[in-house]
Order: sequence, then structure tokens, then C-alpha cells
Amino acid sequence: MSKRSPSPVLSARGLEVDFRVRGGRRARAVDGVNLDLAPGEILALAGESGCGKTTLARTLLGLVRPSAGQVEYAGRPLAYSTGALKSYRRAVQLVLQDPTGALNPRHTVYEAVAEGLRIHGISDNERDRVAEALARCGLRPPERFFLAYPHELSGGQRQRVVIAGALVLEPKVIIADEPVASLDASVRGEILALLLRLREEFGLAALVVTHDLGLAWSIADRLAVMYLGRIVESGPTEQVLTNPRHPYTQALVSVLPDSPVDRSIILSGEPPDVTRIPAGCRFHPRCHELASGAAEQAGVAEACRRTPLPVLGTDPTDGAPAVACHLHAARLTPTADSPK
Amino acid sequence: MTRDPSLVAEPDGPATNPTNASTDDGGRRPGGGDGFVRYLLSKLGGAAISLFMVVLSAFFLFRILGGDPVDALTRDVPTTPAERAALREQLGLDQPLSLQFLHYLQGVLTGDLGESYQYQQPVTTLIGERLGATVLLTGTALVVAASLGLWIGARAGWRQGSRFDKVQVGLSLTLWSAPTFWLGMIIIMVFARYLGLFPINGMVSPHTPPGFWPQTLDTLHHLVLPVLTMASVIYAQYVLVMRSSVLDEKGGDYLVTARAKGLRDDMVRRRHAVPNALLPTVTLVFLQLGGVVGGAILTETVFSWPGLGLLAYQALKIPDLPLLQGTFLFFSSAVILANTAADLVYRFLDPRVRHA
Repeated sequence: MSKRSPSPVLSARGLEVDFRVRGGRRARAVDGVNLDLAPGEILALAGESGCGKTTLARTLLGLVRPSAGQVEYAGRPLAYSTGALKSYRRAVQLVLQDPTGALNPRHTVYEAVAEGLRIHGISDNERDRVAEALARCGLRPPERFFLAYPHELSGGQRQRVVIAGALVLEPKVIIADEPVASLDASVRGEILALLLRLREEFGLAALVVTHDLGLAWSIADRLAVMYLGRIVESGPTEQVLTNPRHPYTQALVSVLPDSPVDRSIILSGEPPDVTRIPAGCRFHPRCHELASGAAEQAGVAEACRRTPLPVLGTDPTDGAPAVACHLHAARLTPTADSPK
Repeated sequence: MTRDPSLVAEPDGPATNPTNASTDDGGRRPGGGDGFVRYLLSKLGGAAISLFMVVLSAFFLFRILGGDPVDALTRDVPTTPAERAALREQLGLDQPLSLQFLHYLQGVLTGDLGESYQYQQPVTTLIGERLGATVLLTGTALVVAASLGLWIGARAGWRQGSRFDKVQVGLSLTLWSAPTFWLGMIIIMVFARYLGLFPINGMVSPHTPPGFWPQTLDTLHHLVLPVLTMASVIYAQYVLVMRSSVLDEKGGDYLVTARAKGLRDDMVRRRHAVPNALLPTVTLVFLQLGGVVGGAILTETVFSWPGLGLLAYQALKIPDLPLLQGTFLFFSSAVILANTAADLVYRFLDPRVRHA
């Protein structure tokens, strides 16, 4: 498989995650995901709620064990022994959506930030390290925040504390699950600017999980769109958003202001259910191209309903987006029925 | 017991005031310590009102109950009506109720709870003599039940749905449903009668040699079964409350954060989940600190443990009015004081309550 120029710091290879749900059915939250995160890159993972993006993020963190496939850090598969996970967690840090819940309400800011250092037995200059992490996250002067409890801070300040708690371990990657979704609009920009600055200054790579394409547009280098446990389209953010190829991406983009898609596409049909993944293309019950007959004209309607799509590989070297769609494939090579 | 949120609105925040120090939008501004004084006064005021109601009801409750003390006191001796009238006069029962009430009030306010009919000793002396035995019994039972219950409850909640969890919850519910006197009798039958491991009743056997060690060891020997009975019954509450409290905390994102930082699962439980889950149980511990003193009545009666509970039970049979009033006042005040203490302690333990 071709790699993009810097070798990825974090990648997913054929990742699958199953959950047992009530009634003995199996829910496949993540169903074959390949993903690469280059050093210093910001990758946005977008999709509706329930599409598996949070599970994917937690699997990448080693909090959830995949049923198949593997997570690779710096080219080596992640081992799930206690010791291996611990050292991995020094390098890959998590920032959660709701900073109020992410902080222990009975721990002071100092304790919250210093916890990572204590877990990993870093005892030299603890005070200085904590102060530096807080200052980097824009909480200045840091000493004034040491003894504050989370409930005494604003939402934005709390999220800065959470990020400082992740940064204090000098990680290579931050995985942020909806990092600004619970914040006020005015504070969002500041937190996003902070993420960009950290990338600039420390070469931090970030995977940002979001349902908000506008957010992806403002900070991400690359964008992966997820639907029902699979990535359906991925590529450079600008290309994916200005020229969406997958019908699902088109629908998501069409409702944004100044959308390049000329009409807004309202998704119909049943919302996705991970316990019952449709045959053929998993998006076909809600696909407007199939409903409008465009797929029929291109002669792929049958394939849409019956033929499963291959799992997308990581992005090709040329930077062109990867798309999992029968119709898109047919349009690229009009003669073949179902290529690739 | 509810905390009135309007009274705890003003936090006495830490010395730093971080709200002014950042670029973000403003947060909550910590206020002065004046909120705490108001909170304290309101709690103490509430406690005083409750105490007053207890003082009132102690007098009337046992008179409504009925029963003539003179009848009970002279049951085994043949008496003439004149002797009975003399006794009635001596006990002050011939006076009108309003006068008796005034005497009682006067006594309570000056710390004099009257004289017991059957023991002919001041009630305060009797309570003082028996208090030690009750504190020994209930204190031991409370410590055993709370420490074991909280520990088991935390583990059961952490592994919800596991076999350990199911067994412990089942056991707790069974013990909780068991009536104290019944459980006490079963325990006596099994451990004292059939197995002969422990004495049946009392606190010290009459033939135990004097001296510190023999007496202490014999007391401990006598203590085992009553403590087992009492602890079994109150143990369940700790298990169940701690379990549900841990379940509440278990969903917390801060546990995910801690785990993602590399903290081992059992350390996540010990450092984060359990300390936070302990908060609600503080109230329970304090409530029982008061309640358990009264709750000892059944256990002490079954095991003839010479404590306050047995004293109250014996007083009830006469009815020995001053002694009943005295023990009732004592038990109720213990509950009220413990409640007030719980409210005050909770405020110091949980930074969130300060700003509620």
C-alpha cells in the first residue's frame, strides 16, 4: 500500500468493533476502517450520531478492543498488555466533548493536570510542567488556577484545563471527540485556534471527531466521512467539501450555507441502525441518487442494492479523494459495471 | 433531609479568583464567607425547632399510650387503696396534667429528667450508666457494617451484573428484609445453643474473675452475637447505597479521561469513582449514627444487653414515664444532632454543594 510522504504516526488497519446488544444481536459499530494520521496533521472524522465515530476514536485510544484489524502507532501494532497500553497512552491523549464531565468535580485544576504526570511517574518539576501546560492552553497566569475547582471555571476554561491535562504528557497525537460541541459559539473559535496553534508549535497531530462539517472546514487538513461504521469518502478537506462525490457527503454538504451542491438534499428513510446493516451499499436505502433513478441510468442500481462495496484503503498518494460508491465508480469508468 | 439550595447559593470560594484571569467569558464569581454563617444558622435553627417538638411530644406521647404505672409497680404486692393513693401522690401522678407538664418542662430546661419509678434513681444517672454499653454495641456494629458494606458495595457496583454483584445484592436484600428480633433469635439458636460458641445474653458473666483482661475478653465474647445481628441488618443499606452511588459515577466522563491517561482500572475505581461515590453515603453514616442508638432497642432486648435500648424497653412495660421521656429525648436528640452534623460535614466534603 502506498504511503503518503511522512509515515503515519497513528493508523487503523481493517478495524472492526462489535458490541453485543440486548437480545443477543451483534452490533457492528465500526466495520472495516482504514485510517492514517500523519505527524502534525489534523484529520476530521465526520458523520451523524451513531455512525461509530466515537467508538472508532475510543478504539484508536485503546479504550475499546477491536474485534478485528489493528491500531498501529508509529508503524507498530498496538499491544493490549497493561504496560504497553500505559506507554501508548502517554503518546496519544484524549479530549472529550463535555469538559464538565471530563473533569473530576472534586479535584482541583492542579490535580487534574498533574494526574497524567503522576500516573506515568514523572515527578521532576511537576509544578513547572503543570504551569507550562496551563499557560500553553491560555490559562494565564497558571498559578491562579491551581486551586480552583472545575465548577468555578467557565466552560471554555474547563476545556482548556482538559486540553492542558492532555498536553502535559507531551503527546504526539490528540484525539478530540467533539471538542467544542458543548461550548458557546464565542468560545469555540478560541479552542479551535488553540488546537491549530498547538499543531503549529509542537507538531501535534489531531484526530477531531465531529458532526459539524463547518468545524472540519476551519481546522482539518483531511476529512473522512463515516456512515454506519464505514468511511464512505475521505480526502483533503477542501476537495471533499467543495466537490463532494459520495451521495451521503453531498447530502451533508448541501445543507451548509454557501454549499457547492446547488439544491439541498434532505436525507429520508430510516436512520441507520448498526444491528441491521443493509445489503449492498449500506447507504442505498437513503440514497437520493438511487431514488431519483440516476443510479438506474448508470446501470448500477442492482449493484447498489446487492453488491457490497470494498472497504476504502487509506488515501491514495495523488491526494484524490477515496469514495465508496457504485455510481461514482461507474462514472469514472463508464464501461465497467462494478469496477475495483 | 433536604438541603435548601437558596441558602447555599453563595460559595466561599478558594483564595484565588480565576474568573478574572483568563481570556474566556466570565464564569461564576466566588462570594464571601457570609453565606456559610447563614447556612449554619438556618441548620442550627431547624435543629432547635425539631428538638423543641421532641420535648413536647415526649411528654404527651407516653401519656396517650395509656397504662397505669401504679398498677404495674404494685402488681406483685398486695396493696390497700390507701397505699396506692400514697404511691400515686409520691410519683406526682395525682396532680393535674398541666401541672405535671410544667414540672416536666422545668426539669428538661434545668437538665433534670426526673426520677425513674422502678429504679428510684435519677433518669440522667441511669442513662449515663447504660450509655457505655449501647455505644460499645452500636459503635462496633456501625463500624463493621459501614466499612464492610461500603467496600462490598463499591466492588459490586463497579462490576455491575457480575456474579459477585448479584450474590451481594441478593444477600443484602435478604438481610435487610429480615426482622432484627427474628435474626437475633436465629443467631442465638445457631451460634449459642447448637454450636455453643458464644454466650446467649448479657454483657459479662457473673462468674468472670475481676480484673481488666478477664472482664474485657468476656465482654468482647458477649459482644460478638449482638454486633453480628445489628451489623447484618444495617449492612445492607451501605451495600445498596454505595453500589448505586458507584453506578452513578461509573458513567462519568472523568473516568474515561483518567483511563485514557493510562490509569489502571482498579486505580480509576479507587482514586476517582469511590471517593466521589462516598459522598452520598456520608449522610447515611451520620443518619445512622443517631438512628442506630435507638435502633439498638430490638437487639439489646433479644440479647439482654444492658444498654439504653433495653432500659427503654423495660421502661415501656410499666410505663415508667420519666425514664421513657428521658430515653426518648435522648434518642431523638441523637438523631437530630447527627442530621445537623451530616449537613455541615457534607458542605466541607463536596465543593459543589458550596455553590449548588
